[in-house]
Amino acid sequence: MDNSRQLFQYILSGLSNGAIYALIGFGFAIIYNATGIINFAQGEFVMLGGMFTIFFLAFFHLPLLPAIILAILFSTIIGIAFERLAIRPLKNATPLSLVIITIGASILLRGIAMLVWGKDTHAVTAFSGNDPLYIAGATILPQHIWIFAITLLIIAANKIFFNYSIVGKAMRACAYNSQAASLVGINVKTMVLLSFVISSAIGSMAGIIIAPLTMTSFDVGIMLGLKGFCAVIIGGMSSGLGTIMGGLLLGLLESLGVGYISASYKDAIAFIILLLILFIRPEGLFRTKETERV
Amino acid sequence: MLKIKNINTYYGQVYALKNVSLHLKEGEIVTLIGANGAGKTTLLNSLSCIVPVQSGEILFAGESISNLAPSQIVRLGISQVPEGRQVFKPLSVEDNLELGAYQHYSSRAGRAEAKNTASMIYDLFPILHKRRKQLAGTLSGGEQQMLSIGRALMAKPKLLLLDEPSMGLAPMIVQEIFRVIENLSQEKQTTVLLVEQNARAALKMAHRGYVLETGKMILEGTAAELLQNKDVQRAYLGRDKKEIWER
Repeated sequence: MDNSRQLFQYILSGLSNGAIYALIGFGFAIIYNATGIINFAQGEFVMLGGMFTIFFLAFFHLPLLPAIILAILFSTIIGIAFERLAIRPLKNATPLSLVIITIGASILLRGIAMLVWGKDTHAVTAFSGNDPLYIAGATILPQHIWIFAITLLIIAANKIFFNYSIVGKAMRACAYNSQAASLVGINVKTMVLLSFVISSAIGSMAGIIIAPLTMTSFDVGIMLGLKGFCAVIIGGMSSGLGTIMGGLLLGLLESLGVGYISASYKDAIAFIILLLILFIRPEGLFRTKETERV
Repeated sequence: MLKIKNINTYYGQVYALKNVSLHLKEGEIVTLIGANGAGKTTLLNSLSCIVPVQSGEILFAGESISNLAPSQIVRLGISQVPEGRQVFKPLSVEDNLELGAYQHYSSRAGRAEAKNTASMIYDLFPILHKRRKQLAGTLSGGEQQMLSIGRALMAKPKLLLLDEPSMGLAPMIVQEIFRVIENLSQEKQTTVLLVEQNARAALKMAHRGYVLETGKMILEGTAAELLQNKDVQRAYLGRDKKEIWER
């Protein structure tokens, strides 16, 4: 009885971490599909989300909701600035040099965050208290429910945006064939900018909802970013179901590994999975080969 | 309506177009013929501003349009049906058409108009209506070509640029597509610039033609003249071949 309760607990915390990884993975996928580059600064937007929230809470004594909205807004503005200043001015740059630029940007953002907010670890207050709920003998924090609910909401919003709105469809068209997209009058540069807007907003949101559970500091972006990267690799660079499954799978394995093997292997598990996927199935676990008829 | 004056285009160090000039009058069908690598696609892409023009001038309805953004070209009323169809394969037929009218979607009136245009295109190509929920990637080559033309027409172009619409298609389908193009020009007064390897079919339909060879315009004339021209016949129509073999 105690064992199964424990297992349930691991699964629960694994899934909630996994949801976060999936959200971060989404950010990678959206930018990758629009531009062909992997934005290694993605993790920093996760950090910015959490840090900005604390900043607005502690220094301006704002209530939680406005602080969160402002934090997302500011992170997104930084995302826009990043695209305008570091990505767009480079004409004819190869994806590899752009990827290196994103690594540079990530170091820069982390450095600025350290100078501005210091090296301390901060905790954001949980959205609705810390009194655990008991479900089937396992404890669940209200924050877990927030994480699941917000993740579901973002996934649904994503789905609706990319499948039903004209701008979302235009972004997919751009990802598939940017030249044909510009021939129908879609402004490709705007779509690239938009992909940075969406992914920095989603990234910062992920950072905000996890901050009450895991605390946040200037350097949380590295690890969370890499975990999100791992999720999106498992999902085959899709901004859909694959990455959600990838994130959840990663979170589950991590949490079970921590529970049954050792907590010190937590991060190793993610990277072993990442390496295995890259060696054995680089197209991702879920991506089926596209059929093509000419 | 369209005037190209002495444009030059390079790819790196390589000349793609050398002092090319061309003009189109309203309502005309003009065909551009030439072998592979002659620069036909480059010329269309220069018009659509996908390839930058180094020197020379392109005038559309009296205004210079060289080196605008590709999306502005579409807004002015020039749509291209690209080589190899290039439909958005992961999206449905319906969505492909919708994206063709992308710039009309910012206003409510534009959206309503796009719906009308779409039903007009379904009348033109009934098979697309039957397949409207299918992903474009699952269509046959001919259907993809129809979709690609339909997508370009969604923008309600005044000038339609067609890049080898007959490529890789069965003769029956080519006929159907050519018939539609001819109708467009007659009924909607759409001006058409048609790039073709299938020179005979293109010249039969067109009013005038140009011949492009290794980046230079070498001939210009009415379609009838070009059909009679000995050089054109030998190089692009395949007549005389028998006699050459017998000699």
